[in-house]
Amino acid sequence: MEITVLTFGQITELTGLAEWKEAGIADTEALRHKLEQQFEGLSRVKYAMAVDKKMIISNTPLADGAVVALLPPFSGG
Amino acid sequence: MENRFQRQIKLKELGIEGQSRLQSSKVLIVGAGGLGCPALLYLAAAGIGRLGVIDFDRVELSNLHRQILFSVGDIGAFKAEKAAAHICHLYPGADCEAFSYELTNQNALELFSQFDIIIDGSDNFATRYLVNDACVLLGKPLIYGAVSRMEGQVAVFNLPTKKTPQPVNYRCLFPHPPQPGEAPNCEESGVLGVLPGIIGLMQANEAIKIIAGLEPVLANQLLSYHALTNRVYTIELTWIPEALQVAPMDEQAFRNMDYAWFCGKRSEKTIPAAALGDWLSERSWLVVDVRNAGEEPRLEASPYLQIPLPLLVEHLPMLEGYSQVLFFCQTGIRSAQAVDLLAQVAPHIAAFSLEGGILAWHKHLIS
Repeated sequence: MEITVLTFGQITELTGLAEWKEAGIADTEALRHKLEQQFEGLSRVKYAMAVDKKMIISNTPLADGAVVALLPPFSGG
Repeated sequence: MENRFQRQIKLKELGIEGQSRLQSSKVLIVGAGGLGCPALLYLAAAGIGRLGVIDFDRVELSNLHRQILFSVGDIGAFKAEKAAAHICHLYPGADCEAFSYELTNQNALELFSQFDIIIDGSDNFATRYLVNDACVLLGKPLIYGAVSRMEGQVAVFNLPTKKTPQPVNYRCLFPHPPQPGEAPNCEESGVLGVLPGIIGLMQANEAIKIIAGLEPVLANQLLSYHALTNRVYTIELTWIPEALQVAPMDEQAFRNMDYAWFCGKRSEKTIPAAALGDWLSERSWLVVDVRNAGEEPRLEASPYLQIPLPLLVEHLPMLEGYSQVLFFCQTGIRSAQAVDLLAQVAPHIAAFSLEGGILAWHKHLIS
Protein backbone atom coordinates (compact mmCIF):
# COMPACT_ATOMS: atom_id res chain seq x y z
CA MET A 1 0.00 0.00 0.00
CA GLU A 2 1.46 3.31 -1.06
CA ILE A 3 0.40 6.91 -0.54
CA THR A 4 1.72 10.22 -1.87
CA VAL A 5 2.65 13.10 0.43
CA LEU A 6 2.57 16.69 -0.87
CA THR A 7 4.02 19.56 1.13
CA PHE A 8 3.64 23.31 0.80
CA GLY A 9 5.40 26.45 2.03
CA GLN A 10 7.73 26.10 4.96
CA ILE A 11 6.85 22.41 5.34
CA THR A 12 8.62 21.76 2.04
CA GLU A 13 11.61 23.55 3.51
CA LEU A 14 11.46 21.42 6.67
CA THR A 15 11.13 18.12 4.83
CA GLY A 16 13.32 19.05 1.88
CA LEU A 17 10.81 17.53 -0.55
CA ALA A 18 7.56 18.76 -2.10
CA GLU A 19 6.33 15.28 -3.05
CA TRP A 20 7.21 11.70 -2.15
CA LYS A 21 5.74 8.26 -1.54
CA GLU A 22 5.21 6.54 1.80
CA ALA A 23 4.35 2.90 2.35
CA GLY A 24 2.58 1.10 5.19
CA ILE A 25 0.80 4.12 6.66
CA ALA A 26 -2.72 3.24 7.84
CA ASP A 27 -4.16 6.65 8.59
CA THR A 28 -3.43 10.38 8.79
CA GLU A 29 -2.47 10.31 12.48
CA ALA A 30 0.09 7.60 11.79
CA LEU A 31 1.47 9.72 8.95
CA ARG A 32 1.58 12.83 11.14
CA HIS A 33 3.40 10.87 13.87
CA LYS A 34 5.94 9.40 11.44
CA LEU A 35 6.70 12.75 9.79
CA GLU A 36 6.99 14.60 13.10
CA GLN A 37 9.47 11.96 14.29
CA GLN A 38 11.40 12.17 11.07
CA PHE A 39 11.53 15.93 10.56
CA GLU A 40 12.79 18.16 13.32
CA GLY A 41 10.54 21.15 13.81
CA LEU A 42 7.43 19.83 12.05
CA SER A 43 5.56 19.34 15.34
CA ARG A 44 5.96 23.06 16.03
CA VAL A 45 4.36 24.12 12.74
CA LYS A 46 0.60 24.42 12.28
CA TYR A 47 -0.88 23.06 9.10
CA ALA A 48 -4.11 21.87 7.53
CA MET A 49 -4.23 18.35 6.10
CA ALA A 50 -6.13 17.24 3.03
CA VAL A 51 -6.73 13.70 1.81
CA ASP A 52 -7.50 13.40 -1.89
CA LYS A 53 -8.06 17.16 -2.09
CA LYS A 54 -10.50 17.31 0.79
CA MET A 55 -9.56 18.92 4.07
CA ILE A 56 -9.81 16.54 7.00
CA ILE A 57 -10.70 17.43 10.58
CA SER A 58 -10.07 14.11 12.30
CA ASN A 59 -8.03 10.94 11.85
CA THR A 60 -8.77 9.54 8.40
CA PRO A 61 -7.90 6.09 7.02
CA LEU A 62 -5.62 6.15 3.98
CA ALA A 63 -6.45 3.92 1.04
CA ASP A 64 -3.88 2.72 -1.47
CA GLY A 65 -2.99 5.60 -3.78
CA ALA A 66 -4.27 8.32 -1.43
CA VAL A 67 -2.70 11.77 -1.75
CA VAL A 68 -2.12 13.63 1.50
CA ALA A 69 -1.34 17.36 1.42
CA LEU A 70 0.17 19.34 4.29
CA LEU A 71 -0.68 23.04 3.99
CA PRO A 72 0.65 25.66 6.41
CA PRO A 73 -0.82 29.18 6.64
CA PHE A 74 1.00 32.05 4.93
CA SER A 75 0.99 35.54 6.38
CA GLY A 76 2.60 37.61 3.64
CA GLY A 77 0.80 40.17 1.57
CA MET B 1 -20.20 54.36 -29.03
CA GLU B 2 -16.80 53.68 -27.54
CA ASN B 3 -16.87 52.57 -23.98
CA ARG B 4 -14.00 51.84 -21.61
CA PHE B 5 -15.53 48.49 -20.76
CA GLN B 6 -16.48 47.49 -24.31
CA ARG B 7 -14.22 44.44 -24.47
CA GLN B 8 -15.43 42.91 -21.25
CA ILE B 9 -19.08 43.75 -21.96
CA LYS B 10 -18.58 41.74 -25.16
CA LEU B 11 -17.96 38.65 -23.01
CA LYS B 12 -21.19 36.72 -23.08
CA GLU B 13 -20.57 35.67 -19.47
CA LEU B 14 -20.52 39.30 -18.35
CA GLY B 15 -22.50 41.46 -20.75
CA ILE B 16 -24.10 44.79 -19.95
CA GLU B 17 -25.87 43.28 -16.97
CA GLY B 18 -22.60 42.06 -15.40
CA GLN B 19 -20.86 45.34 -16.12
CA SER B 20 -23.65 47.26 -14.51
CA ARG B 21 -23.35 45.06 -11.41
CA LEU B 22 -19.61 45.82 -11.24
CA GLN B 23 -20.31 49.52 -11.48
CA SER B 24 -22.76 49.44 -8.61
CA SER B 25 -20.58 47.30 -6.32
CA LYS B 26 -18.38 48.35 -3.40
CA VAL B 27 -15.13 46.56 -2.61
CA LEU B 28 -12.74 47.18 0.28
CA ILE B 29 -9.10 46.14 0.06
CA VAL B 30 -7.29 45.57 3.33
CA GLY B 31 -3.62 46.38 2.81
CA ALA B 32 -2.15 48.43 -0.04
CA GLY B 33 0.74 45.99 -0.34
CA GLY B 34 1.88 43.33 -2.76
CA LEU B 35 -1.62 41.81 -3.00
CA GLY B 36 -3.64 44.99 -2.55
CA CYS B 37 -1.91 47.03 -5.28
CA PRO B 38 -2.62 44.70 -8.23
CA ALA B 39 -6.10 43.83 -6.93
CA LEU B 40 -6.98 47.51 -6.58
CA LEU B 41 -5.55 48.41 -9.99
CA TYR B 42 -7.48 45.75 -11.89
CA LEU B 43 -10.72 46.19 -9.95
CA ALA B 44 -10.58 49.92 -10.72
CA ALA B 45 -9.84 49.16 -14.37
CA ALA B 46 -12.81 46.77 -14.46
CA GLY B 47 -15.08 49.58 -13.31
CA ILE B 48 -15.96 48.65 -9.71
CA GLY B 49 -18.24 51.43 -8.53
CA ARG B 50 -16.66 52.19 -5.20
CA LEU B 51 -13.27 51.07 -3.94
CA GLY B 52 -11.77 51.52 -0.50
CA VAL B 53 -8.22 50.78 0.58
CA ILE B 54 -7.07 50.70 4.18
CA ASP B 55 -3.41 50.74 5.21
CA PHE B 56 -1.55 52.77 7.82
CA ASP B 57 1.92 51.96 6.48
CA ARG B 58 4.11 54.28 4.48
CA VAL B 59 5.89 53.44 1.23
CA GLU B 60 9.42 52.07 1.59
CA LEU B 61 12.03 51.47 -1.10
CA SER B 62 11.95 47.70 -0.46
CA ASN B 63 8.20 47.64 -1.29
CA LEU B 64 8.60 48.77 -4.87
CA HIS B 65 9.46 45.42 -6.49
CA ARG B 66 5.93 44.18 -5.81
CA GLN B 67 3.75 47.12 -4.77
CA ILE B 68 3.29 48.39 -8.27
CA LEU B 69 1.14 51.44 -7.60
CA PHE B 70 4.08 53.29 -5.99
CA SER B 71 7.06 55.09 -7.40
CA VAL B 72 10.39 56.10 -5.90
CA GLY B 73 8.97 59.57 -5.33
CA ASP B 74 6.26 58.11 -3.06
CA ILE B 75 8.71 56.86 -0.44
CA GLY B 76 7.62 58.01 3.01
CA ALA B 77 4.03 58.76 1.96
CA PHE B 78 0.95 56.86 3.17
CA LYS B 79 0.40 53.83 0.95
CA ALA B 80 -3.40 54.05 0.96
CA GLU B 81 -3.36 57.70 -0.11
CA LYS B 82 -0.82 57.15 -2.88
CA ALA B 83 -2.67 54.06 -4.11
CA ALA B 84 -6.01 55.88 -4.26
CA ALA B 85 -4.43 58.93 -5.90
CA HIS B 86 -2.84 56.71 -8.55
CA ILE B 87 -6.21 55.10 -9.32
CA CYS B 88 -7.91 58.49 -9.60
CA HIS B 89 -5.12 59.66 -11.90
CA LEU B 90 -5.59 56.65 -14.20
CA TYR B 91 -9.38 56.82 -14.16
CA PRO B 92 -10.60 60.36 -13.51
CA GLY B 93 -13.85 60.32 -11.63
CA ALA B 94 -13.15 56.91 -10.04
CA ASP B 95 -14.51 56.57 -6.52
CA CYS B 96 -11.51 55.27 -4.61
CA GLU B 97 -11.19 56.23 -0.97
CA ALA B 98 -8.03 55.90 1.14
CA PHE B 99 -8.22 55.00 4.82
CA SER B 100 -4.75 55.75 6.16
CA TYR B 101 -5.21 54.40 9.64
CA GLU B 102 -4.76 51.09 11.35
CA LEU B 103 -7.56 48.58 11.00
CA THR B 104 -8.59 47.53 14.50
CA ASN B 105 -11.44 45.63 16.11
CA GLN B 106 -12.78 49.03 17.19
CA ASN B 107 -13.21 50.39 13.65
CA ALA B 108 -13.48 47.28 11.42
CA LEU B 109 -17.23 46.64 11.64
CA GLU B 110 -18.18 50.20 10.82
CA LEU B 111 -15.77 50.35 7.88
CA PHE B 112 -16.60 46.90 6.48
CA SER B 113 -20.34 47.54 6.62
CA GLN B 114 -19.92 50.21 3.93
CA PHE B 115 -18.71 47.60 1.41
CA ASP B 116 -20.11 44.47 -0.28
CA ILE B 117 -16.92 42.41 -0.47
CA ILE B 118 -13.70 42.48 1.55
CA ILE B 119 -10.34 41.53 0.03
CA ASP B 120 -7.68 40.52 2.55
CA GLY B 121 -4.25 41.61 1.38
CA SER B 122 -2.83 42.06 4.87
CA ASP B 123 0.59 40.88 5.94
CA ASN B 124 0.13 39.45 9.43
CA PHE B 125 -1.96 36.82 11.16
CA ALA B 126 -3.53 39.13 13.76
CA THR B 127 -5.10 41.22 10.98
CA ARG B 128 -6.16 38.12 9.06
CA TYR B 129 -8.11 36.73 12.04
CA LEU B 130 -9.56 40.17 12.73
CA VAL B 131 -10.70 40.62 9.11
CA ASN B 132 -12.16 37.11 9.09
CA ASP B 133 -14.13 37.57 12.30
CA ALA B 134 -15.51 40.93 11.17
CA CYS B 135 -16.66 39.39 7.88
CA VAL B 136 -18.30 36.46 9.70
CA LEU B 137 -20.17 38.83 12.03
CA LEU B 138 -21.32 41.01 9.13
CA GLY B 139 -22.00 38.14 6.72
CA LYS B 140 -19.64 39.61 4.07
CA PRO B 141 -17.81 37.52 1.49
CA LEU B 142 -14.07 37.57 2.20
CA ILE B 143 -11.49 36.96 -0.50
CA TYR B 144 -8.37 35.70 1.19
CA GLY B 145 -4.92 35.86 -0.35
CA ALA B 146 -1.53 35.24 1.21
CA VAL B 147 2.01 34.67 0.01
CA SER B 148 5.23 33.22 1.33
CA ARG B 149 8.48 33.19 -0.64
CA MET B 150 7.39 31.63 -3.98
CA GLU B 151 3.99 30.26 -3.00
CA GLY B 152 0.58 31.80 -2.63
CA GLN B 153 -2.88 30.87 -1.38
CA VAL B 154 -6.32 32.12 -2.43
CA ALA B 155 -9.73 31.30 -0.97
CA VAL B 156 -13.23 32.70 -0.83
CA PHE B 157 -14.65 32.55 2.67
CA ASN B 158 -18.03 33.24 4.09
CA LEU B 159 -19.91 32.92 0.82
CA PRO B 160 -22.82 30.48 0.93
CA THR B 161 -23.37 28.57 -2.30
CA LYS B 162 -25.95 26.03 -3.42
CA LYS B 163 -23.41 23.26 -2.90
CA THR B 164 -22.26 24.51 0.50
CA PRO B 165 -24.96 26.48 2.29
CA GLN B 166 -22.79 26.60 5.42
CA PRO B 167 -19.78 28.63 4.25
CA VAL B 168 -16.35 28.02 5.76
CA ASN B 169 -14.11 30.78 7.01
CA TYR B 170 -10.44 31.25 7.83
CA ARG B 171 -10.86 29.78 11.31
CA CYS B 172 -12.09 26.48 9.83
CA LEU B 173 -8.92 26.22 7.75
CA PHE B 174 -6.49 27.37 10.44
CA PRO B 175 -8.20 27.24 13.86
CA HIS B 176 -4.94 27.94 15.69
CA PRO B 177 -2.80 30.92 14.71
CA PRO B 178 0.91 30.27 14.32
CA GLN B 179 3.02 31.71 17.09
CA PRO B 180 5.52 34.46 16.26
CA GLY B 181 8.44 33.18 14.26
CA GLU B 182 6.62 29.95 13.43
CA ALA B 183 5.56 31.09 9.95
CA PRO B 184 8.02 33.19 7.97
CA ASN B 185 7.01 36.67 6.78
CA CYS B 186 8.10 38.47 3.60
CA GLU B 187 10.51 40.70 5.46
CA GLU B 188 12.43 37.74 6.86
CA SER B 189 12.20 35.19 4.09
CA GLY B 190 11.67 37.26 0.97
CA VAL B 191 9.05 37.08 -1.73
CA LEU B 192 9.22 37.01 -5.51
CA GLY B 193 7.67 40.29 -6.69
CA VAL B 194 5.52 38.74 -9.41
CA LEU B 195 3.93 36.26 -7.00
CA PRO B 196 1.68 38.65 -5.00
CA GLY B 197 0.78 40.14 -8.39
CA ILE B 198 -0.56 36.77 -9.53
CA ILE B 199 -2.32 36.05 -6.23
CA GLY B 200 -3.71 39.60 -5.93
CA LEU B 201 -5.18 39.30 -9.42
CA MET B 202 -6.71 35.93 -8.58
CA GLN B 203 -8.40 37.72 -5.67
CA ALA B 204 -9.62 40.48 -8.01
CA ASN B 205 -10.90 37.81 -10.40
CA GLU B 206 -12.90 36.08 -7.66
CA ALA B 207 -14.35 39.45 -6.62
CA ILE B 208 -15.48 40.18 -10.18
CA LYS B 209 -17.07 36.73 -10.53
CA ILE B 210 -18.93 37.04 -7.23
CA ILE B 211 -20.24 40.52 -8.12
CA ALA B 212 -21.22 39.63 -11.67
CA GLY B 213 -22.79 36.35 -10.57
CA LEU B 214 -20.40 34.13 -12.54
CA GLU B 215 -19.81 30.57 -11.39
CA PRO B 216 -17.94 28.70 -10.14
CA VAL B 217 -16.12 30.83 -7.60
CA LEU B 218 -13.47 29.57 -5.22
CA ALA B 219 -15.96 29.37 -2.34
CA ASN B 220 -15.05 26.86 0.36
CA GLN B 221 -11.85 25.94 -1.44
CA LEU B 222 -8.19 26.76 -0.94
CA LEU B 223 -6.05 27.18 -4.02
CA SER B 224 -2.28 26.96 -3.67
CA TYR B 225 0.03 28.22 -6.38
CA HIS B 226 3.80 27.70 -6.65
CA ALA B 227 5.59 30.24 -8.81
CA LEU B 228 8.63 28.05 -9.43
CA THR B 229 6.98 24.77 -10.40
CA ASN B 230 3.62 26.26 -11.50
CA ARG B 231 1.94 23.67 -9.32
CA VAL B 232 -1.69 24.60 -8.69
CA TYR B 233 -3.39 22.53 -6.02
CA THR B 234 -6.94 23.12 -4.88
CA ILE B 235 -8.57 21.48 -1.91
CA GLU B 236 -12.13 21.50 -0.67
CA LEU B 237 -12.47 23.01 2.79
CA THR B 238 -14.52 21.62 5.63
CA TRP B 239 -16.74 23.49 8.03
CA ILE B 240 -15.57 23.03 11.64
CA PRO B 241 -18.02 24.19 14.30
CA GLU B 242 -15.31 23.81 16.97
CA ALA B 243 -13.12 26.38 15.22
CA LEU B 244 -15.65 29.04 16.04
CA GLN B 245 -15.63 28.42 19.76
CA VAL B 246 -12.83 30.91 20.27
CA ALA B 247 -14.21 33.33 17.67
CA PRO B 248 -16.18 36.34 18.92
CA MET B 249 -19.91 35.57 18.91
CA ASP B 250 -21.13 39.15 18.68
CA GLU B 251 -20.04 42.71 18.14
CA GLN B 252 -19.18 43.31 21.78
CA ALA B 253 -17.06 40.17 22.00
CA PHE B 254 -15.31 41.21 18.78
CA ARG B 255 -14.46 44.61 20.21
CA ASN B 256 -13.09 42.95 23.34
CA MET B 257 -10.77 40.59 21.44
CA ASP B 258 -7.03 41.14 21.69
CA TYR B 259 -5.92 39.92 18.27
CA ALA B 260 -2.25 40.65 18.79
CA TRP B 261 -2.34 38.55 21.92
CA PHE B 262 -4.39 35.80 20.25
CA CYS B 263 -1.68 35.53 17.62
CA GLY B 264 0.95 35.38 20.31
CA LYS B 265 2.52 38.72 19.64
CA ARG B 266 4.81 39.30 22.55
CA SER B 267 7.32 42.08 22.58
CA GLU B 268 10.83 40.76 22.28
CA LYS B 269 11.90 43.55 24.53
CA THR B 270 10.69 42.03 27.74
CA ILE B 271 12.44 41.62 31.03
CA PRO B 272 11.45 38.74 33.28
CA ALA B 273 9.93 39.55 36.66
CA ALA B 274 12.85 37.85 38.42
CA ALA B 275 15.23 40.40 36.88
CA LEU B 276 13.20 43.48 37.75
CA GLY B 277 14.95 44.13 41.08
CA ASP B 278 18.35 44.36 39.38
CA TRP B 279 16.98 46.63 36.66
CA LEU B 280 15.32 48.99 39.12
CA SER B 281 18.51 49.33 41.14
CA GLU B 282 20.28 50.76 38.10
CA ARG B 283 18.13 53.88 38.33
CA SER B 284 18.85 55.07 34.82
CA TRP B 285 15.39 53.81 33.85
CA LEU B 286 12.20 55.72 33.68
CA VAL B 287 9.54 53.33 34.95
CA VAL B 288 6.02 53.84 33.58
CA ASP B 289 2.77 52.18 34.67
CA VAL B 290 0.51 52.06 31.60
CA ARG B 291 -2.54 50.83 33.51
CA ASN B 292 -5.50 53.08 34.15
CA ALA B 293 -5.59 55.15 37.33
CA GLY B 294 -6.63 53.15 40.36
CA GLU B 295 -5.56 49.70 39.12
CA GLU B 296 -3.93 47.67 41.91
CA PRO B 297 -1.44 46.51 43.08
CA ARG B 298 1.04 49.34 42.98
CA LEU B 299 4.74 48.95 42.40
CA GLU B 300 6.37 49.59 45.77
CA ALA B 301 10.00 49.16 44.85
CA SER B 302 10.63 52.29 42.87
CA PRO B 303 9.25 55.69 41.94
CA TYR B 304 7.39 55.62 38.65
CA LEU B 305 5.11 57.58 36.37
CA GLN B 306 1.56 56.61 35.51
CA ILE B 307 0.46 57.14 31.92
CA PRO B 308 -2.52 55.01 30.80
CA LEU B 309 -1.76 53.32 27.47
CA PRO B 310 -4.40 55.25 25.47
CA LEU B 311 -2.77 58.52 26.57
CA LEU B 312 0.82 57.48 25.91
CA VAL B 313 1.31 59.35 22.65
CA GLU B 314 -0.26 62.49 24.07
CA HIS B 315 2.10 62.37 27.08
CA LEU B 316 5.18 61.58 25.02
CA PRO B 317 7.00 64.75 26.17
CA MET B 318 7.14 63.24 29.68
CA LEU B 319 9.41 60.51 28.32
CA GLU B 320 11.73 62.82 26.45
CA GLY B 321 15.19 63.09 27.96
CA TYR B 322 15.22 59.43 28.94
CA SER B 323 17.07 56.96 26.78
CA GLN B 324 15.49 53.92 28.45
CA VAL B 325 11.94 53.29 29.57
CA LEU B 326 10.47 50.28 31.34
CA PHE B 327 6.72 49.86 30.93
CA PHE B 328 4.61 47.69 33.16
CA CYS B 329 0.91 46.87 33.50
CA GLN B 330 -1.12 44.12 35.16
CA THR B 331 -0.11 41.13 33.06
CA GLY B 332 2.32 42.39 30.44
CA ILE B 333 -0.11 42.82 27.54
CA ARG B 334 -0.56 46.57 27.57
CA SER B 335 3.10 47.18 28.41
CA ALA B 336 4.09 45.12 25.35
CA GLN B 337 1.76 47.27 23.26
CA ALA B 338 3.39 50.36 24.78
CA VAL B 339 6.79 49.08 23.66
CA ASP B 340 5.51 48.60 20.11
CA LEU B 341 3.86 52.01 20.15
CA LEU B 342 6.98 53.77 21.37
CA ALA B 343 9.04 52.01 18.70
CA GLN B 344 6.80 53.73 16.15
CA VAL B 345 6.53 57.21 17.61
CA ALA B 346 9.82 57.57 19.50
CA PRO B 347 12.25 54.97 18.21
CA HIS B 348 15.18 56.78 19.85
CA ILE B 349 13.96 55.67 23.29
CA ALA B 350 14.78 52.06 24.19
CA ALA B 351 11.60 50.61 25.63
CA PHE B 352 11.12 47.39 27.58
CA SER B 353 8.11 45.61 29.02
CA LEU B 354 7.81 43.74 32.31
CA GLU B 355 6.95 40.17 31.32
CA GLY B 356 3.84 38.90 33.07
CA GLY B 357 3.22 42.34 34.50
CA ILE B 358 3.10 43.42 38.10
CA LEU B 359 1.27 40.22 39.00
CA ALA B 360 4.34 38.22 37.97
CA TRP B 361 6.56 40.57 39.97
CA HIS B 362 4.44 40.10 43.10
CA LYS B 363 4.49 36.36 42.64
CA HIS B 364 8.27 36.53 42.35
CA LEU B 365 8.51 38.55 45.61
CA ILE B 366 6.46 35.96 47.47
CA SER B 367 8.38 32.96 46.16
